[in-house]
Amino acid sequence: MSDYITTIGLEFHAEMKTKTKIFCSCPTDFAAAPNTHVCPVCLGLPGVLPVLNKHAVELAVKAGLALNCQISEYSKFDRKNYFYPDLPKGYQVTQFPLPICKNGWLEIEDAAGQAKKVRINRIHMEEDAGKLVHSGDNIGNSDYSLPDYNRAAVPLIEIVTEPDISSADEAKAFGEKLKLTLEYAGVSDVRMEQGSLRCDVNISIRARESDPLGVKVEIKNLNSFRAVHRAICYEEMRQAEALEYGEKLIQETRLWNDALGETRPMRSKEDSHDYRYFPEPDLPPVIVSPEWVREIAATMPEMPDQRVNRLRSELGLSDYDSAQLVAVPALALLFDEAVGLGAEPKMCANWLLGDVARLLNPDQPLPFTAADFAALLDEVKSGAINNNSGKEVLAEMFATGGKPADIIAARGFAQISDSSFLEEAVAKIIAANPQPVADFKGGKQAAIGFLIGQVMKETKGQANPNMVREFMLKALSE
Amino acid sequence: MTYTQMSMAEIRVLLDDKQLSSRELTEAYLRRIEKIEPRLHAYIKVTPEQALADADAADSRRAAGQCLSAIDGVPMALKDIFCSEGVVTTCASKILYNYQPPYDATCWAKLKAGGAVLLGKCNMDEFAMGSSTENSAYGVTHNPFDPDYVPGGSSGGSAAAVAADLAAYTLGTDTGGSVRQPAHFCGVVGIKPTYGRISRYGIIPYASSLDQAGVLAKSCYDAATVLEIASGQDRMDSTSAPQPVGAYREACGRSVAGMRIGVPREFCGEGVQSAILDELWAAVDKLRAQGAAVEEVSLPHTPYALPVYYVLACAEASSNLARYDGVRYGLREAADNVYDMFAASRSAGFGAEVKRRIMLGTYALSSGYYDAYYNKTLQVRTLIKQDYDRVFADGFDALLTPPAPSQAFRLGEKVDDPLTMYLQDVCTVPVNLAGLPAIVVPVALHQGLPLGLQLIGAPFAEEKLFTAGSAIESARLVPSGL
Repeated sequence: MSDYITTIGLEFHAEMKTKTKIFCSCPTDFAAAPNTHVCPVCLGLPGVLPVLNKHAVELAVKAGLALNCQISEYSKFDRKNYFYPDLPKGYQVTQFPLPICKNGWLEIEDAAGQAKKVRINRIHMEEDAGKLVHSGDNIGNSDYSLPDYNRAAVPLIEIVTEPDISSADEAKAFGEKLKLTLEYAGVSDVRMEQGSLRCDVNISIRARESDPLGVKVEIKNLNSFRAVHRAICYEEMRQAEALEYGEKLIQETRLWNDALGETRPMRSKEDSHDYRYFPEPDLPPVIVSPEWVREIAATMPEMPDQRVNRLRSELGLSDYDSAQLVAVPALALLFDEAVGLGAEPKMCANWLLGDVARLLNPDQPLPFTAADFAALLDEVKSGAINNNSGKEVLAEMFATGGKPADIIAARGFAQISDSSFLEEAVAKIIAANPQPVADFKGGKQAAIGFLIGQVMKETKGQANPNMVREFMLKALSE
Repeated sequence: MTYTQMSMAEIRVLLDDKQLSSRELTEAYLRRIEKIEPRLHAYIKVTPEQALADADAADSRRAAGQCLSAIDGVPMALKDIFCSEGVVTTCASKILYNYQPPYDATCWAKLKAGGAVLLGKCNMDEFAMGSSTENSAYGVTHNPFDPDYVPGGSSGGSAAAVAADLAAYTLGTDTGGSVRQPAHFCGVVGIKPTYGRISRYGIIPYASSLDQAGVLAKSCYDAATVLEIASGQDRMDSTSAPQPVGAYREACGRSVAGMRIGVPREFCGEGVQSAILDELWAAVDKLRAQGAAVEEVSLPHTPYALPVYYVLACAEASSNLARYDGVRYGLREAADNVYDMFAASRSAGFGAEVKRRIMLGTYALSSGYYDAYYNKTLQVRTLIKQDYDRVFADGFDALLTPPAPSQAFRLGEKVDDPLTMYLQDVCTVPVNLAGLPAIVVPVALHQGLPLGLQLIGAPFAEEKLFTAGSAIESARLVPSGL
């Protein structure tokens, strides 16, 4: 059954990171009390009109630039008509024949580790719908459903790929790369669990490359790239089995059930809506001049592939470390800032991929600044505190947001590097331990470790170990 | 002459001279409404408490020397399609029987800021779909000149209220002639300015690319006064125009000498009542006598305007009216599931004409028919617009036409024959398709009913329309027998 060739196209919806909605000035914050971020415009009350949010256009253009698209100088909005209680106007304002971006691509690695360009057909802007809370499982079996229009008219981009993806692995890799790209571009928060990034899969299989494309099935309700991967594997198997048994596949939309690990039919092509698209008469065309595109392009941050290259070639990090850092934008951004403040790149990367990565809460902003982090690395590097103390200071910076210097002082982590104090401590230990001293002088080198350990114990671990060793050797050789 | 019969210009002199207070004037209007309204039904709702409160406020301002504008303290009314905060706004539909907007339409807010006194909300065809005000869910409006006749539509209540002295002026809307045809039927001035001149924000839409608010008043000068205040770009309406608002009052009464007026032959052929054509040629003589040049012109795509209009307007309406689904406001009929609830609420809430246009529009946008209907009509709309561009580029200042094929018709005469009713709009819809300004002014009474003429201008040439309109408008036509 694995002989079949799989063809996959992906569709993404990403909520854009604007402060206000696409056609009114209501805030877009997630998780506000129901129906508090609404106004006559986003509630679609009789007589209201949309006014396009300029920032949404800028972010859509950024997405287009990040995904190597052509930016349309002239695009326009259309109405997609259908009835549903979460859709206040009975139509969604979207872009149909003339999207803002088209003909892009994004590169991934295929199974053989070769670079593969997946083409992007289009990116268009549209408004999100509200949310329904059902008293039962769904609108059909509920006594009542409660609409929340906070999300209504939050700006979205829809990104549609060409059917260039040929496996679950590639789909997952593409999704992750796209997510990272949108995050670095500052276009979206890309939180799949909160629904600010959503992914639908179109998949078909066929026996041979020379065959026409098989019957297309759309899979919805995929809340993670793991679910995307699983659903594709499931669907490849289901479709192959059907073909093996001579069944006819139908063009349909299926819903992924993550708990059961299977897809189920939602609606067939025959049941699909006629959306009766037509130009939105309430909005003028969207004109994005080449000058405006240049202005936006000038504000584009570095994209993931460029970042990895720079870390590798300019800062000397390993391939692995570079990729790992770039995969977590919070770490990569902290890295750049800290290195900019003088941190040593390799040491910085080690700390970030080790303790910082372990302590980082992806849902919370960092409780300290890059300057604090750079200062901590400097304390360790200069020997003012030792490595283990440094880790404890970092943990406390995460917990309290305190400054490293304050934490070091309060916790008494500062290393003792006072020569006369250390010489005195060494003399005291030598006097108190005649037997190990004799052992060392008799040629038993390991005895010095015990003696240094005694000094460290005496100073509660704060003595500068390199200096203690130096003084100890000097004293024992006298 | 009673106060309610006076034009706004006359009233203003009395108000400024403190010979009359806004309260006295408002009470006079309210008394007349009480007396006449039962026979006319121009209003869906009268708001006497608000009117008197507004009037008192205006009197205080005037006493303090802080008069807000030329309309301060003058009682007026709104077609029930303009959202007015706290006042039920039904659009003459059962589906919005209880709908209280939480905000004011921009043009109403501008008039309010100028000190307008709101007497109430005027009757209309449901969702502005109709040419006789017989499609209201709240009863028909009668023509003030003869109660057996219709006042025109869809702004029939607004026109009848002005004609019968139940308001000094009113606002209406005009998607295919809904200000101008009722002005013609009721013997008042009606102006539909250029598309985008008055903000559409807060006007319940019928067909968004054609809808435009307009003013109904007792004279060109009064209409000009109101238009100056209601117009202007609005950041809430992306289709509103940035052009500066003209000096419309100054344009009234200016000489027409040197103006070039075109008479499009396509508007003057078979099917137009001869009395209207007689008055049109009489007006031509009048304009020539005052020094204007009048020539015949041709707008060859005019015959296509009516079908184009009905496809486009219905297509947009089918989408604009989708929001009335029973979920958030307005009428909701109980049903077993949500889709049945949508269907039951819409079936019970919309009248027959609205349903007819939703179905026509839905059909025209359906996959497989879109290119043949919607797309084709967009192309023809461009051709119609180019006809006008060409004429105005040739140096014509305005075009003089009949406003409708006939004078007012009898109540019930066309109500069962939608196609004949649609033909009412043949002289007015091309103007909306081209987005142009047009004014209808009364010129005569014929067999006891008023008769008006239409002047069409280039985009934002409202001043020329006021100049030419004031040159041919008759003295105020007053309905007898009320």
